[in-house]
Amino acid sequence: MRKLALRDEILLKIEKPARYIGNEINMVVKDPEQVDIRFAMCFPDVYEIGMSHLGIQILYDMFNQREDVYCERVYSPWVDLDQIMRKEGIPLFALESQDPVRDFDFLGITLQYEMCYTNILQILDLSQIPLKAADRTREHPFVIGGGPCSYNPEPIADFFDMFYIGEGETVYGQLLDTYKEWKASGRERVEYLKQAAQIPGIYVPQFYDPEYYPDGTLKSFAPNIPEAPEHVVKQVELDMSDTFYPEKPLVPYIKVTQDRVVLEIQRGCIRGCRFCQAGMLYRPIRPRGLEFLKKRAIQMLESTGQDEISLSSLSSSDYKELQELVYWLINEFTDKGINISLPSLRIDAFSLDVMSKIQDVRKSSLTFAPEAGSQRMRDMINKGLTEEAILGGAKEAFRGGWNRVKLYFMLGLPGETWEDIEGIAVLSDKIAREYYTIPKEERNGKVQIVTSTSIFVPKPFTPFQWSRMNSMEEAEEKRNFLLDKVRSQRHGRSIKYNCHDADVSVLEGVFARGDRRLCDVILQAYRSGCFYDSWNEFFHYSRWQKAFADHGLTMEFYIGRERGEDELFPWDFIDIGVTKEFLLREYHNAQEEKTTPNCRAQCSGCGAARFGGGVCMEVRTNESQD
Amino acid sequence: MKARIKFSKTGSMRFIGHLDVMRYFQKAFRRGHIPVSYSQGYSPHQLMSFTSPLGIGLSSDAEYMDIELDECPEPESMVERMNQTMNEEIRVKDFLLLPEDAKPSMAMLAACDYLIAGKPDHMSQFQDIGKTQKLLEGLLSQEEILIRKKTKRSEKVVNIRLNIYCASTSREVFERHTGGSYASLSIDQKEYPPILYCQLTAGSVVNIKPELLMEALCREAGIEYDPLAYQIHRLEMYGDQYGKKGEVHLLNGEAPCLLVPLSKYR
Repeated sequence: MRKLALRDEILLKIEKPARYIGNEINMVVKDPEQVDIRFAMCFPDVYEIGMSHLGIQILYDMFNQREDVYCERVYSPWVDLDQIMRKEGIPLFALESQDPVRDFDFLGITLQYEMCYTNILQILDLSQIPLKAADRTREHPFVIGGGPCSYNPEPIADFFDMFYIGEGETVYGQLLDTYKEWKASGRERVEYLKQAAQIPGIYVPQFYDPEYYPDGTLKSFAPNIPEAPEHVVKQVELDMSDTFYPEKPLVPYIKVTQDRVVLEIQRGCIRGCRFCQAGMLYRPIRPRGLEFLKKRAIQMLESTGQDEISLSSLSSSDYKELQELVYWLINEFTDKGINISLPSLRIDAFSLDVMSKIQDVRKSSLTFAPEAGSQRMRDMINKGLTEEAILGGAKEAFRGGWNRVKLYFMLGLPGETWEDIEGIAVLSDKIAREYYTIPKEERNGKVQIVTSTSIFVPKPFTPFQWSRMNSMEEAEEKRNFLLDKVRSQRHGRSIKYNCHDADVSVLEGVFARGDRRLCDVILQAYRSGCFYDSWNEFFHYSRWQKAFADHGLTMEFYIGRERGEDELFPWDFIDIGVTKEFLLREYHNAQEEKTTPNCRAQCSGCGAARFGGGVCMEVRTNESQD
Repeated sequence: MKARIKFSKTGSMRFIGHLDVMRYFQKAFRRGHIPVSYSQGYSPHQLMSFTSPLGIGLSSDAEYMDIELDECPEPESMVERMNQTMNEEIRVKDFLLLPEDAKPSMAMLAACDYLIAGKPDHMSQFQDIGKTQKLLEGLLSQEEILIRKKTKRSEKVVNIRLNIYCASTSREVFERHTGGSYASLSIDQKEYPPILYCQLTAGSVVNIKPELLMEALCREAGIEYDPLAYQIHRLEMYGDQYGKKGEVHLLNGEAPCLLVPLSKYR
């Protein structure tokens, strides 16, 4: 019988014990004695969220294709089990073998959002691994971070032995081979880190020292050993149709957030929205081949038995062969009881036709993400969506029977005026008015509009990385103002307004552009009981305030000032291909309300062409100029 | 076309709840290309129904579900086909086609056999089988075994004596009474040493959980009942050949009752 790390009586006491037992369909089983490297892959949030992440499925499959590696999974124990594990001293374990993580060679942690930072400390703490890399010995696993937040790893630099900057498909093999040699050699821990630091894309924080000016800004950031490069270059997988992608994804027992097969059709985005970090980080856009995608769709549905397949990308409408792919999916699978889900689609004739074929019009809603309420503001953020396109798309949809619309906006964008904010209410109302222009007998009841705002958080490697973020008070004032404006619209009662909590966003902003001094703040907050910060019920803002105060730091410094154009940023040592000059140019374009064409229409010389792949190598045609 | 499936559920799968087991089977059927029928409408679902599913933590060698099939070309190979898509801890043990007018197994359920075993980290005094048998005989000799029965809505004291059709520490005695053969089980009997076997009334009208018997036995032994100390393992489910929906006919009661394992019940 399979061994379990938790006794029956613990499993019977806690919520959803299936989070901790593993044994899902397509789980990889190996004999740990027969491998050279044991890799624990962790998503530092609860199982249902972690299991929904595609990146881990790709890496899990890639690692396990190697005979000498056994890659297993770890997620954050929920608060109920956390308490029991601490009380009883039960070490955190991996789901597959149920063995303690502390006995592994590597602990890889994916960093998908800033608010998981305290959960990283929970993982290390429960694993009984020293929280700071400096305190680890040869006996401990190497802790390695990756994912979007590793593009500014400084606020959590002390907790990691290294970061993998970029896409995992490229140099992990090299990193593991080097590890095997080091393990056999019996040399000091630091020797492996020195070798790792020479692999492109690998950042070893302890080999770099920051220096600060008296005002707290960064004076210099340089390697302290000759082996460490001055700049760490992001890793990019160039051949998206001949690379790792799971044929047999894991199938969880309990319902998870993304309970479906996910087909990543392309990586990157051509749009260049100025607030969007992913749009810059994953440049250049690289589509996967149609035949590759069809093959994987069949294999994954066959091997999982899932009843839904979802296309994934930053902007699916920009996938050139989307129509062919979608109609093929519909023909191939809908009569087999399989649902097709298509997020991030532009609303146009094609998408409306597809949606009417794959979903119940009466039950589904349309989604638009104008991001800003006025055209002026949309030009500033380079969101190429016009009011005309939104109203036109909505009208078409209303004629097709839809009556529910979801709208996503941001509050607190740089240069925002009260008029721009009011524009959110006005645009929501215009959509409602559009509905009532169609004859009554063709309408499907009342129109329902849900308008949501999030608070804009400036992120590294975006044109707004110099921008100041709104304070909590400003955000709240804007929210109340908008609520008032929504209510006073003609169809105000058809518009439901939702908004994000400002305090969590403020902290997210601080971490996003923070520096290494925040490590001790995060550590103190964790020690004072903060974790699961992204879960409202566990977020304790006052503990965070105290942690900042105790370390003589303010949140204001990180978010409350427009940064100087010549300021050195903590993340400047990372080279994502897109240059700081380009980002600055875009920052100025934003201030001048000038838009920049998408990558397919015209190259703007962002710098990503140096990777020699994707859209940068495509022949441009006139038809892509939309 | 109707069919009945018998399956086991053990080990870590004890912690998968009923709804998730259902989702597990839906996916397994799709993986195995089992032609299960779908309901009509915009969100079609597979037609399946489970017979008295287990609570979390319990294990079983005899879970049942009824399914509707579009076709079934080779019923002999179904067990094998399904097991190719199963994990090691949920195995299909039996597959049989039912006549079109077959009643749903849940409606016919009349009794269940259980094994109550000790847990590895909870060695109890019941491990002394001789003593336990005496205690059990003492308990069964009473005319009334009153026990507090809690449901979602109410709590009441019931007499479960007549609902205990058979209870013994001896597997041989139990097998002779029930006609079952329980020597080889999917539960590891070294790790979970058997304490006693029992056959109890089950079904949608009266359902006696084996926990109640164990609680009564603890009272008889003068110790506190700790639900975490015992592993309950279902051995078989029975339909009553004379049973009628909504009625309970006790074994050896006034109305006739003939228990037949659901895998043989048509």
